Amino acid sequence: MTPLDTLESQSIYIFREAYARVDRLGLLWSLGKDSNVMVWLARKAFFGHVPFPVLHVDTGKKFDEMYAFRDRYAAEWGLELIVRDCPPVEEMDPSLPPAARSAARKTAGLNALIGERGFKGVIAGIRRDEEGTRAKERVFSPRGDGNVWDFRNQPPEFWDQYRTDVPEGCHLRIHPLLHWSELDVWRYIKRENIPLVDLYFAKDGKRYRSLGDRDITFPVDSDAATIDEVIAELQTTRVAERSGRAMDHEAEDAFERLRVAGYM
Amino acid sequence: MATAYAQAAYRPLLKVAVVGHVDHGKSTLVGRLLNDTESLPDGKVDAVAEMCRQRGMPFEWAFVTDALRAERDQGITIDASHIRFSDRNRDYVLIDAPGHREFLKNMISGASGCDAALVVIDAEEGVREQSRRHGYLLHLLGVRQIAVAVTKADRIEFDAARFGQIEAEFRRLLEELGLSPTAVVPVSGRDGDNIASRSMNTPWYRGGTVLDALAAFQPAAPAVDRPLRIPVQDVYKFDTRRIIAGRVESGRISVGDDIVFSPSNRVARVKSIEGWSVESPILYAEAGYPVGITLEDQVFVERGEVISHLVDAPIETNVLRARIFWLGDEPLSVGDRYRMRLGTADVQVDVEQVERVVDTSVLRAADAKSVPKDSVADVVLRSRAMLALDPSENNPQTGRIVLARGDDLVGGGLVDMDGYPDQRQLITRRSTNVTAVDHAVTEEMRMARNGHRGGVLWFTGLSGAGKSTIAIELEKLLFQKGYQVYVLDGDNVRHGLNANLGFSPEDRAENIRRVGEVAALMSQAGFIVLSAFISPYRSDRERARLAAGNERFHEVYVSASLDVCEQRDPKGLYSRARSGEIADFTGISAPYEPPEACEIEIDTAALDLTRSLDKILSYIERHFPYAPRD
Repeated sequence: MTPLDTLESQSIYIFREAYARVDRLGLLWSLGKDSNVMVWLARKAFFGHVPFPVLHVDTGKKFDEMYAFRDRYAAEWGLELIVRDCPPVEEMDPSLPPAARSAARKTAGLNALIGERGFKGVIAGIRRDEEGTRAKERVFSPRGDGNVWDFRNQPPEFWDQYRTDVPEGCHLRIHPLLHWSELDVWRYIKRENIPLVDLYFAKDGKRYRSLGDRDITFPVDSDAATIDEVIAELQTTRVAERSGRAMDHEAEDAFERLRVAGYM
Repeated sequence: MATAYAQAAYRPLLKVAVVGHVDHGKSTLVGRLLNDTESLPDGKVDAVAEMCRQRGMPFEWAFVTDALRAERDQGITIDASHIRFSDRNRDYVLIDAPGHREFLKNMISGASGCDAALVVIDAEEGVREQSRRHGYLLHLLGVRQIAVAVTKADRIEFDAARFGQIEAEFRRLLEELGLSPTAVVPVSGRDGDNIASRSMNTPWYRGGTVLDALAAFQPAAPAVDRPLRIPVQDVYKFDTRRIIAGRVESGRISVGDDIVFSPSNRVARVKSIEGWSVESPILYAEAGYPVGITLEDQVFVERGEVISHLVDAPIETNVLRARIFWLGDEPLSVGDRYRMRLGTADVQVDVEQVERVVDTSVLRAADAKSVPKDSVADVVLRSRAMLALDPSENNPQTGRIVLARGDDLVGGGLVDMDGYPDQRQLITRRSTNVTAVDHAVTEEMRMARNGHRGGVLWFTGLSGAGKSTIAIELEKLLFQKGYQVYVLDGDNVRHGLNANLGFSPEDRAENIRRVGEVAALMSQAGFIVLSAFISPYRSDRERARLAAGNERFHEVYVSASLDVCEQRDPKGLYSRARSGEIADFTGISAPYEPPEACEIEIDTAALDLTRSLDKILSYIERHFPYAPRD
């Protein structure tokens, strides 16, 4: 069994547990590389079908390439796509730093969508190696009243047994890619030939390593124009993956506050 | 399956838990290790320096992994961090587990599933309560490779004698568990002694660094050589295929294999191993891989059963002994009832006996009636349902259990079946005897006498939809026409056959199972059976269909909507359910799964009783024509 086989097997197991044990699932599709891998894994787990809706919480500020990608592959892959827009930035917590405040719109849109559709499980493509608080996440992570993450008291989770029930008004975040690294994701994209928006590949010495809203996401210096070049770059880089995501770096705990409030 | 997933081999991944008593320097060691192997992104050390400056404290390596503000403010790790890190030859996940007793559940969550562990012991403090407890728990979690880092060696001035004492004490403790450390390394996080490079301060120490100790760990291999086990996760019917999904926990399954499902004891042959986006048909799959199989035979299968070959099948039992660790706030006591998860099975168990309790902080066993939080005990559990399992020493994957109160996981442990028999033989022998009986009166003979074929009309629908009303009227009409007919409903079943069943989900399922079996028998006897039960779950109805046989079974969906039924509310049950007086009421507080493909639907909101009867009668005349002999 290769390491990619092991990662894939674990993700498929998580998907099938979620589908068997949690009612009303939705899968968050941000159109980035990780969530594309996630949709791919869902199709593997369920033999070509994605048996729950795929959710795009749309800030309206994504790159044009991303919208085109969404519409093309939603149709091609037969996804049940739900698009939900986000409230304006004026309604967000003014004590947050500017980029975090802007990113909080996505949390607000997601929380509204969860309420409207009554989702009990929201599948999200976060990974432990992306960021410190994500490194402490559970695979089935309960979100309490007001969709808050209670990181002080996470339920135990061992031997692939997960707490899959939450009280009324609460929901689960389900993280099938939690144990993957950025490099794993790229190697898997290469192995499986998974389509991506080309913003990830270098043009004029710059490429996006992580994709978010147009105005708070910045490209990194890179000449990696192919998957192989990206993999080679990541094997040696010492730049953090989310260095181009402004909201992570505005204050010591800006991102932690976003996550506690329900950000992915 | 490996052929389908051809790809260039790359570096193996090893999971290592870093455990030990609170404040003994786990996070510091991890932070230092990441730094000294140049695994931290640019700017991380500067960010940590800034966090420390704001708090007016010296540089703290632990802040690299203590990502939560509360952790940094309190100087304590609350939850385990999973951190990727690489050396020259392979990749690791380091799991920095909390050492505070209060966060033991987080330590267990982090350490379970690891290939190896690094136990951190403070050179000044020596072996403490959580050092012992973590050692014991690693053993129960199935982690067998353990290395030890004796930290803060600078505080004992790199004293060889003091180091030797700690090493000897912890070796003794591991020996009691049948383990031996792969390395015991004196380290200092402050200056990185013996972490990634050899220290000049420990000339008396002949062993390797922490990095060397990690490199010496062996990854756990999937259990390909053990007997086949696949716990069924689900059965999918997304298209024309009926795919049984699960993960091969051990052994190997091939197309054409004869397999048995336990505990139901149904036998079938593997028709195909399904895949998606694979280049060539999958002919076999080995331990570790997820699979979906289809069968040559139509047998009823549900989540929780275990697939094996006919030889070396799992043990079947309804009683088991387990050595468990207990995390519940309330002690576990004799007579308590819990949910028990065993692979994908989820059953109710009663605690029959607490054989002994081990105080893991001092590693002493004692007789006790109950098991307090954070201790280890041998307990005997009994379930109402039959279980399929293995002793953990034979198969760790199918030999471990998790206990839950509600849905909260409160304990886990390893199955030990010493002294308990395999009950499979009893069941198998009994069913063999039954099938051995050959009826001298054939179905054709019964049909000739009755003038019609036997069968089951299975009425399903919400309470108040009109199932019983239609069934009772229909019985009268058919009887008058000369049919052999009988209504099975809650009244005539609950008082006798199912008098021992209540209204828990398990009892409801069992109620429907028995009705399905009785209906099947009566239909074989030549009767037309009209069963009138809400029977809200598709799986229950599918089981009834399999009991009677597809050609004999006709699902009748009485399809009045919830609104209509609630307005009618003939017995006042809906209003009592709305007020919360009745729990788990179908349609209100429990689901109703409408049929996907019923034989006939009767919408009693659109059709009055007469028209409903017309519709079902014409259906019966078509499928069960009455032709008495002259």
